[in-house]
Amino acid sequence: MNFTPPSIDYFAISPMIVIFAAAVVSVLVEAFAPRSTRRFLQLLLVFGALITSLVLIILNASTRTLTAGGSVAIDGPALLFQGSIVILAILGVGLMAERSIDPVGDAFASRVSALPGSEEERQFTQRGYLQTEVWPLTLFAVLGMLLFVSANDLLLMFVALEVISLPLYLMTGMARRRRLISQEAALKYFLLGVFASAFFLYGAALVYGYSGSINFSEIAQTISSKPSESIILLIGIGMLMVGPLFKIGAVPFHQWVPDVYQGAPTPVVGFMAATVKIAAFGALLRLLYVAFGGVRWDWEPIIWIVASASMILGSILALVQTDIKRLLGYSWIAQAGFILVGLAAASPAGLQSTKFYVISYGFATVGTFAVVSMVRDSNGEATNLAAWAGLGRKSPIVAAALSIFLLGLAGIPLTSGFVSKFLVFVAAVEAGAAWLVIIGVVASLIAAFFYVRVIVIMFFSKPTEQTAVVAVPSAFTTVALAASVAVTVILGVMPQPVLDLLTNADVFIR
Amino acid sequence: MSAFPWLTTLGVLPLLGSIVVALLPSSKPLLAKQVALAVSFVVLGGTIAMALQFNGSSTEPFQFVESYPWIPALGISYSVGVDGIGLVLVALAATLVPVTILAGWRDIEEDQEAGGSVKGYFALILVLEALMIGVFVATDVFLFYVFFEVMLVPIYFMIGKYGGPQRSYAAVKFLLFSLLGGLFMLAAMVGLYVVSARQLGTGTFDFLTLVNLDIDPNTQKMLFLGFFFAFAIKAPLWPFHTWLPDAAAQGKPGTSVLLIGVLDKVGTFGMIRYLLPIFPAASDFYAPVVIGMALIGIFYGAYIALNAQDMKRLFAYSSMSHFGFITLGIFVFTSSGGTGSVVYMVAHGLSTAALFLTAGFLMSRRRESALISDYGGVNKTAPVLAGFFLFAALSSLALPGLVSFVGEFLVLLGAFERYIWVGALATLGIVITAAYMLRVYQKTMTGPLNPSLDAGGIKMTDLKGREITALVPIAALSIVLGFYPAPLLNVINPAVERTLQFVSVAEVDSSLSSEGSEQ
Repeated sequence: MNFTPPSIDYFAISPMIVIFAAAVVSVLVEAFAPRSTRRFLQLLLVFGALITSLVLIILNASTRTLTAGGSVAIDGPALLFQGSIVILAILGVGLMAERSIDPVGDAFASRVSALPGSEEERQFTQRGYLQTEVWPLTLFAVLGMLLFVSANDLLLMFVALEVISLPLYLMTGMARRRRLISQEAALKYFLLGVFASAFFLYGAALVYGYSGSINFSEIAQTISSKPSESIILLIGIGMLMVGPLFKIGAVPFHQWVPDVYQGAPTPVVGFMAATVKIAAFGALLRLLYVAFGGVRWDWEPIIWIVASASMILGSILALVQTDIKRLLGYSWIAQAGFILVGLAAASPAGLQSTKFYVISYGFATVGTFAVVSMVRDSNGEATNLAAWAGLGRKSPIVAAALSIFLLGLAGIPLTSGFVSKFLVFVAAVEAGAAWLVIIGVVASLIAAFFYVRVIVIMFFSKPTEQTAVVAVPSAFTTVALAASVAVTVILGVMPQPVLDLLTNADVFIR
Repeated sequence: MSAFPWLTTLGVLPLLGSIVVALLPSSKPLLAKQVALAVSFVVLGGTIAMALQFNGSSTEPFQFVESYPWIPALGISYSVGVDGIGLVLVALAATLVPVTILAGWRDIEEDQEAGGSVKGYFALILVLEALMIGVFVATDVFLFYVFFEVMLVPIYFMIGKYGGPQRSYAAVKFLLFSLLGGLFMLAAMVGLYVVSARQLGTGTFDFLTLVNLDIDPNTQKMLFLGFFFAFAIKAPLWPFHTWLPDAAAQGKPGTSVLLIGVLDKVGTFGMIRYLLPIFPAASDFYAPVVIGMALIGIFYGAYIALNAQDMKRLFAYSSMSHFGFITLGIFVFTSSGGTGSVVYMVAHGLSTAALFLTAGFLMSRRRESALISDYGGVNKTAPVLAGFFLFAALSSLALPGLVSFVGEFLVLLGAFERYIWVGALATLGIVITAAYMLRVYQKTMTGPLNPSLDAGGIKMTDLKGREITALVPIAALSIVLGFYPAPLLNVINPAVERTLQFVSVAEVDSSLSSEGSEQ
């Protein structure tokens, strides 16, 4: 039997190769470089790889190709998602590299393997060691995301899902302070995540059984050539959707979200909340639009239900939160619902609105968590909202920046959040799902209440003794914060150039 | 006509002014006020200069038009222009802002410990002015919506940071009510966009294009509700009014003036500008319901005002009653009703300003108490204050010779032309207005001096020069326009007539009105 290796367009996948190579080197640095030089080398590597990858993505801007035997699709949506993932990763990595906010060091435990509260842990902290294992993990996670959005067959998509997940489980457990919560969150994320992955794999098997192929294009062909629908296909689609929907954190796969948002180191939350969502939506879009576009009448109702449940439940549960990180977690669940409203439209407008929403949300998220990481008291981050009373008077600029993000998330005009919501609603009405818009409007109002509540606490309450202070960050966080504010406002006031860009990157290659 | 971008300039000026004010050092509050006042006068001057060039007999729907693409992918453009209705409301905003700044000169100084800085308040007023002008001149529905929503942010901070003890509650209540309306309007706007996209191929938000769409009546009825909900909350119409008394009672007098005097007019402005022309069939369909709500509002507001213990709440409920009149005038679809409504909007802005400002001056002399029972016999020691208070009350109850009378008379005339019994009922409302307004005057100003007004360091002194300066222009305008309303009517009437052409039942002649009475 002759085996012909598939031809690979190395330039098209070079953005991923660069990240992969850097990740491998990064592991070697961890193993062989002296401790004192590691941080410097790792940061050089991470930023170098991300920026190189971004440049390569831009150089690939007009590439539209299926490569590696049709399992990798480099097309408009893939490049767009890859580009935004890399840009947001750069900002998120900036948050992670921050060292000036916490007087002891960065946001990560000096030695993750040391038991919390043990003598070993105390010694490592005293010596001021900074652990650098987080950097290779970050690179692998980014690699997984880049692959996730361009994966064009079920197996590669599963591999990408795992490459994203495993590093993130670890990174979740790495918080320097409140380590038990952090480790609990990591375990919860891991157990639920593995469960979701298993669903995905089972679904892949069922769809393979139905169509005899794992390739999206071939699955789509089989679907269009078979006259009647098969129950195996429908169950398979449902199970496949669990994987990305879990990563998205949509109801009913949302239980991990508030715990992980609360427990994980804040910079990691900022990084992954922004990037993983883009990756997961990118993958879900390709899966549903390319492979299962022919049976969209079957999966649309599922998305409708998931979207409505996420919007309503996320908003209502966010109302009663007293911890800012948990609040943002639930708020994300609601936002995921809004994005799914656009996705459910299964039209070019739906695609456009989903892309715009998830990208603009990514920037607002990085900025929000940049602010959260800066608000501190003597025990580290002051995430309890009571400690935020009167913050607007003590640090008006930081509080104003957060207010812009919150108003954006609430969907007030002249912010990116408003344009996002608008696009999503237009897509839904055009697709005949006006009732979903009504649910969205009601959920928006509930959501506005808790976003506004944070603004009320910051600006209208008097500072108390508990009120936290805002640490002065280094350039890393400042740049991330400033860039997020700028993008949130510019996308709100002048969305046209980005909309043009999205239109150019509109077509999935099949 | 010159191609000078009047409207953009008028909008940008206060915005720039607010940035300048915000950047001034906090240690110089006086300078911040002076700059804010100067900017507001420049805007007023600009508005007058523009109004003088306005061609009342022009057949163009909008004048001083500017249009630039903004988000062409969604058919959104930056398009502005004014008709007579927009012009008078812009003029109202431009007039009330300097008055408010002048009247609030000292209000904020005493408030610094509550956290808001002096310059912050005046910067917010200027931001608000820019947005108020924007909302009245926008001729793109999307642009209108943006101004409509963003306007909430400065007023939210003005109530929440500078208001009374319950300010945070009032501010959030105000914001949530307004957002609720805004979001339903957003949903309806999306629907309108999709309808336009289906009919024209590409969607648009251009007002003049939208009015020429042929929307089927059932769709109209749904979309109408979304817009109407937002406007009814804003105006506010019964039963969407509950946020108003709280916001008015907690805000500074200046905040209340801008909120009720100008901002709430956006609701009634929206009805006449957007609902009637874009959804004529639905407007006709819902008119009985809206008129019913307006009538209930007239009496409900007046009834509560009759029993109110708190002056600010009394004025808020009285405004609610007046908004009933304004809405009534719009939805009877007669030329005199519509014109009367717009005149009434202006008149109500002026009388509200007079009421809240005199009450504010009064309250500042007695530790900010708004309780009517805390006052009495003020005219003994402060006759000028009492005089202005009486004037404000008379203006509110539409004494002939004042501009509010012109508005109210035209609205009632319009109502009679269409449904006699509606007109008759509404006329009763006037009587109650007279009752509660005179009652509050009598209780606070006449009789023996309330002992608490001359004890514990409280002195009921008369108005000072600055305070009189703020009130005189309002009074003068009310009287001048009351005796000589022609300039106002000439500007407003053509715009109203044009609007009513869309509602096919435009002018009802006398023979029809008797039929209408039997309905």
